[in-house]
Amino acid sequence: MRKQTFWGGVHPAGRKELSSGAPLEPCPPPGEVAIPLLQHIGKPCTPLVKVGDHVDMGQKLGDGEGLCVPVHASVSGTVKAIEPWSHPGGRPCPAVIIENDFQNTYCSAVPPCEDTDALDADGLIQRIREAGLVGMGGATFPTDIKASIGKVETLIANACECEPYITADDALLCTDADRAIRGVRLLRQLLRPARTVIAIEDNKEKAVSILTDKLKNQSDVELVVLPTRYPQGAEKQLIQAITGHQVPSGGLPKDVGCAVFNIATCASVCRAVVDGEPILRRIVTVTGHGIQAPKNLIVPIGTSFAHAIQAAGGLTGEVWKLIAGGPMMGRTQADLTTPVTKGTNAIVALTAADNGEDPHPTCIRCGKCVAVCPMGLQPLYLYRFSRCQDREMLRHYSILDCIECGCCAYTCPGKLPIVAAIREGKPLVKEGKR
Amino acid sequence: MNFAMSSSPHIRCGDTTRRIMLDVLIALVPTLVAGTIVFGPRCLVVAAVSTAAAVVGEALWRLLTGQYQTIGDLSAAVTGLLLALTLPATVPYWMAAVGAVFAVVVVKGFFGGLGQNIFNPALAARALLVLLFPASVTRFAAPGTSIPLSGTVDVATAATPLHSMVMPALPEASLADMFLGNIGGCIGEVSSLALLIGGAYLVFRQVIKLRIPVSYLGTVAVLSFAFAPLEPLQWMLYSLLSGGVLLGALFMASDYATSPATPGGQVLYGMGCGVLTVVFRSVGLYPEGVTYAILLMNAASWLLEHFTPTRLFGAPQRKGGLR
Repeated sequence: MRKQTFWGGVHPAGRKELSSGAPLEPCPPPGEVAIPLLQHIGKPCTPLVKVGDHVDMGQKLGDGEGLCVPVHASVSGTVKAIEPWSHPGGRPCPAVIIENDFQNTYCSAVPPCEDTDALDADGLIQRIREAGLVGMGGATFPTDIKASIGKVETLIANACECEPYITADDALLCTDADRAIRGVRLLRQLLRPARTVIAIEDNKEKAVSILTDKLKNQSDVELVVLPTRYPQGAEKQLIQAITGHQVPSGGLPKDVGCAVFNIATCASVCRAVVDGEPILRRIVTVTGHGIQAPKNLIVPIGTSFAHAIQAAGGLTGEVWKLIAGGPMMGRTQADLTTPVTKGTNAIVALTAADNGEDPHPTCIRCGKCVAVCPMGLQPLYLYRFSRCQDREMLRHYSILDCIECGCCAYTCPGKLPIVAAIREGKPLVKEGKR
Repeated sequence: MNFAMSSSPHIRCGDTTRRIMLDVLIALVPTLVAGTIVFGPRCLVVAAVSTAAAVVGEALWRLLTGQYQTIGDLSAAVTGLLLALTLPATVPYWMAAVGAVFAVVVVKGFFGGLGQNIFNPALAARALLVLLFPASVTRFAAPGTSIPLSGTVDVATAATPLHSMVMPALPEASLADMFLGNIGGCIGEVSSLALLIGGAYLVFRQVIKLRIPVSYLGTVAVLSFAFAPLEPLQWMLYSLLSGGVLLGALFMASDYATSPATPGGQVLYGMGCGVLTVVFRSVGLYPEGVTYAILLMNAASWLLEHFTPTRLFGAPQRKGGLR
């Protein structure tokens, strides 16, 4: 049998034990939420409410045309302001600020559905869109668009959660596996795949045993347990591990007959279609040695990082970096006002002890970056030519194929900020193409 | 509270340049010890002088050019020690010091420092010393000779196994003597056993991959067997155990900065080193080929890398090497 693997990769310390032991807890309701009008890849929503309006929990706050999905109120209360607000993506973005009235009056934009088998593709897609579903692994691509590509060969539910520290999907599977599996089946209904796989890494023993148990007397959904290695959960790498196919350079998963959905997205599909509930909250792993009591929390969308961190006991002394997402691909945050969005799977607070950076990074040409690159690139040259802004050479070395997984920079003994340089180099090549 | 802001990834592996260089130094200890057993304590002084000169030379160079200090990365120490190991125990101390300073300042510093140099600093320095002072660096004391620590070194010199092989004739030394180091030669080339122990440590520590040493030694083995003037199997073994080819293959050719970073390039590079070593040994005037073989292949590293691009994910055929 073909070995289920992908190229390159690294084995960073998992640190998942920090948060995986504590039970999943609801975060106490915040007094105020800031719901960004852009929580997906694409165009921001146009607000549908105005300052002073009373909103119900589940009410649509904004929507738009094209590559856009609606956002919803995660609490009931009064719209206090619609203004630019800090955003985990880094750039401030207009957000609807709601003062919580703690009444939890609920009014969903999506109708619940008992008999999901009776729903046709359009009905499913419509519900998925209206519920504001996006990829909840962090990529935040609108799920309805991803799910309307017609028939695929292989549907993969991604429960790898290969980033260190994060245990949000693990917590979901340990507490609500039925909903996740039902979501996978709903996506099967849409995409009619010949093969459906739930892919998980072997470091999540409890979740693996739960899934094995729940999937034993059926044959439509297959569980594949993969040896833990980062970036297993990256879309292209997971497709390679599961099917052996390589998504063509510049192409999409559907080019090799695949569709990949994060397992939390699958659970949200079920919640949206069956329960008629839009994305109002999500599981967030609040963790790192900078957090007093690391744990997985069910956090209303729009809750500030400060509030979520408080629910995990607060910060411990000096924090070096505050990250939205995992330490390999997440983004550093300037302050604690950032709200939790649909794609925020973790809040990681690192301390100075985690700082492995070097004030004088130096490439010694050891070639380790080449060995670990899952895309077959030569990161040392991407770094060098990004720094001297050589557009031609960046194109020659295929800079646009870089998935920014961070394996190169993680492994670099000279501590080069390779990914930072590549991020600066990519626009040069993109501009040149235009 | 102020949080640090920067691009991902936010964690780094524990591997550092300093740790890698420290591993190389550790891996060279058996070879230095073996050389000292064979030629006496003067080896230790040569190594100390060369290493100290390299470190001080680099510190002064960085200071005078207004650059941050880099001696902490231990790469200068590695260069100094490697140079000492390519010299005979009888070499005047000042000569070793001149070579070491040339290595770190001219060969490395002029090109921008660690990782930017085209040629292996230790080998380039050795090449310079061979050019300037051939009498001092290509004459070797017999093993076991008592070499004075100070004053003019004037001891009886002995032919090394390679000198015999130029004839061509099989050396008088037995293969066991060759393996253990009971022969004349440079400090670091005599004991194959010690070199293999150091090489095994580097492989175990994942400092080097086997591609370059194996393709280098394999090529030398195949060619020396195929073109042996007499006794192919013995000739091949003597070829592998003499003339610093092991020191070159394990510690010099595998130098990161001066070898290709692509896997395919590394194999071609090792093979090129092997071919040139055998050619230089059989054709050249000096009974050695390793130094110049590796230096020439250093110059070809970039070219080899461009002929062997890595396979890009999702691209069955990648557009050609050179642009």
